Amino acid sequence: MLSEGDTGVNIMTTIDNSRPGAAMGDGLPAPVRLGGEGARTIRAGFIPLVDAAVLIVAAELGFARKEGLTLDLVKDVSWANVRDRLAFRQFDIAHMLSPMPVAAMLGLGSNPSPTIAPFSLGRGGNAITLSNRLFARMQEEGALGEVEDALAHARALAAVLARMRQSGEAAPRLGVTYPFSSHNYEVRYWLAAGGIDPDRDVKLVVVPPPLTSDALAAGAIDGFCVGAPWNMVASERGLGRIVAAKQDIWPLAPEKVIGMRPEWAESNAETVSRLLLALDQAARWCDEPDNRGTLAELLAAPRYIGAPIEIIRRVLAGEFAIDAAGNRRVIDDYFVFHRDHANYPRPGQALWIYSQMARWGQVRLSPEMQALAAAAYRPDLYRHALGEAAAPAAPAIRVEGERPGERFMDGHVFDPADIGAYVRTFPVRALAESVSVEQEG
Amino acid sequence: MTHRDLTILVIDENAIRASIIEEGLHEAGHRKVTVIHEVQGVARTIDTLRPDVIVIDIENPNRDMMEHLFQLTRTVGRPIAMFVDRSDTASIEAAVEAGVSAYVVDGLKKERVKPILDMAVSRFNAFSRLQRELADAKSALEERKVIERAKGILMKMRGLSEDEAFALLRQTAMNEKKKMSEIAQSVVTAAGLLM
Repeated sequence: MLSEGDTGVNIMTTIDNSRPGAAMGDGLPAPVRLGGEGARTIRAGFIPLVDAAVLIVAAELGFARKEGLTLDLVKDVSWANVRDRLAFRQFDIAHMLSPMPVAAMLGLGSNPSPTIAPFSLGRGGNAITLSNRLFARMQEEGALGEVEDALAHARALAAVLARMRQSGEAAPRLGVTYPFSSHNYEVRYWLAAGGIDPDRDVKLVVVPPPLTSDALAAGAIDGFCVGAPWNMVASERGLGRIVAAKQDIWPLAPEKVIGMRPEWAESNAETVSRLLLALDQAARWCDEPDNRGTLAELLAAPRYIGAPIEIIRRVLAGEFAIDAAGNRRVIDDYFVFHRDHANYPRPGQALWIYSQMARWGQVRLSPEMQALAAAAYRPDLYRHALGEAAAPAAPAIRVEGERPGERFMDGHVFDPADIGAYVRTFPVRALAESVSVEQEG
Repeated sequence: MTHRDLTILVIDENAIRASIIEEGLHEAGHRKVTVIHEVQGVARTIDTLRPDVIVIDIENPNRDMMEHLFQLTRTVGRPIAMFVDRSDTASIEAAVEAGVSAYVVDGLKKERVKPILDMAVSRFNAFSRLQRELADAKSALEERKVIERAKGILMKMRGLSEDEAFALLRQTAMNEKKKMSEIAQSVVTAAGLLM
């Protein structure tokens, strides 16, 4: 373990989880399972978001300790930092965007370093919010019905954008969090499903999630796609209108994962297994409806997210104030922390991310790249730690979007067997030539 | 062999620290140094400046925005790599500990960039030291103030001389194994409650 650096620069907050009485499991005898690797401290980087819940609960409520682990949580300010600090061994593991390990394996980004994900932190939490001004113009276009419909919203936005182009108005700016983020691919998917070219008709910019509300208020952006609780924060402040949730776009999309260096996982195999056991227990705890109140309280603390507890509580319940006028929408399973194999890292999902990277010109398709992308997610480590019974019966790589409740918003079906053909089925995409050239070559 | 002057961009929201780094770069003979304090409009700056090296503080959440920019510039054939030498873990660690991150145009000789990063790291550390010293000086001043106030209260309420009041505070601190300023603070607080 690296010692805590005396940087003098306040770049992060170290959370002390050794405080007496902090853990609910305190009253219980802790059957510490110590094997060859002994008691261990794991340094984990995280970004203050609701989907860091499983990691935070594992550290705070005794699940890590039960496995003989101390989780030393370090709050950070940017995904680029998280990536670099993991690469440079300042973190052992990290809360990461699901596309980050895929990008790392493919050598994308400014500091790619091999990263694997043996555990997914769950599903859900993202949404797309547009400014009131933009939404009012969508309403004027007249195509919006009474029912919340993400696709109708995207088509209405397309009509507004066409009108804006005619009158010579500047293209709206939409904020995402990171070039290799679920948000980037989701907002692009949503826009394209409505017939909007995300690289031509709008301008995608990166805004740190906690700044999205202020950026929207200041008119620096006209909308954004970020994780919880920031959409709710903007709509409660009366700044914007939620027009689509992750569930509308693809309910099965993985959101955040636990990332680690493959060489660290190899030389700390037993610690990895114990970590996954602790995370599995924590994830089950997070899913229990009875625990959501405690969870909201924990997450709302300044050392974690530092947002109003009432907002976190409603976010966890999927109760959305979609605007300040009091319109509400309840999204079932807005957060799934464990159920339906939500923690199982399916290489098929890594491949879907890879398909979107190719669709938008971030990467070229080739059999070698495809193998690298699939290797970012490591179900073998998950099975090894939690047993075969914990893994889903379905194959890790399968056709996606066919089953009810698992469909993509535009009805497309993802067949990992021919990603080139899949990407070409989208009328809106970038770098179409390179996709086909690589496929034929 | 003469090199063309490197173009260096420093992005730091802390204006004082930025000027300390700028000065260091000038001292090292770099003439093409640009400093900006906010990332607003940074895309245009990078586009016109075409910097060889970008130094940005780690605590800046807008690093993710930089990543996005570089992802875009990649398409116009301008790959940018992080840090100079991936195998040089000691210097990487020093940089991260100091709070410096840097982007360097791929293909630039590491001997040319290393001195710049080393300088940035040492200046960042110097700035942190400065901040710490300032904070220490401030709290020392505060402590002296509270001791003065406690002394005054004791002199008034117990009819002690200044020396006696000071000795009483010191003795109590020793007995209680606390700092004198803490005892003084208790006196001030208690007096506030009683009067």
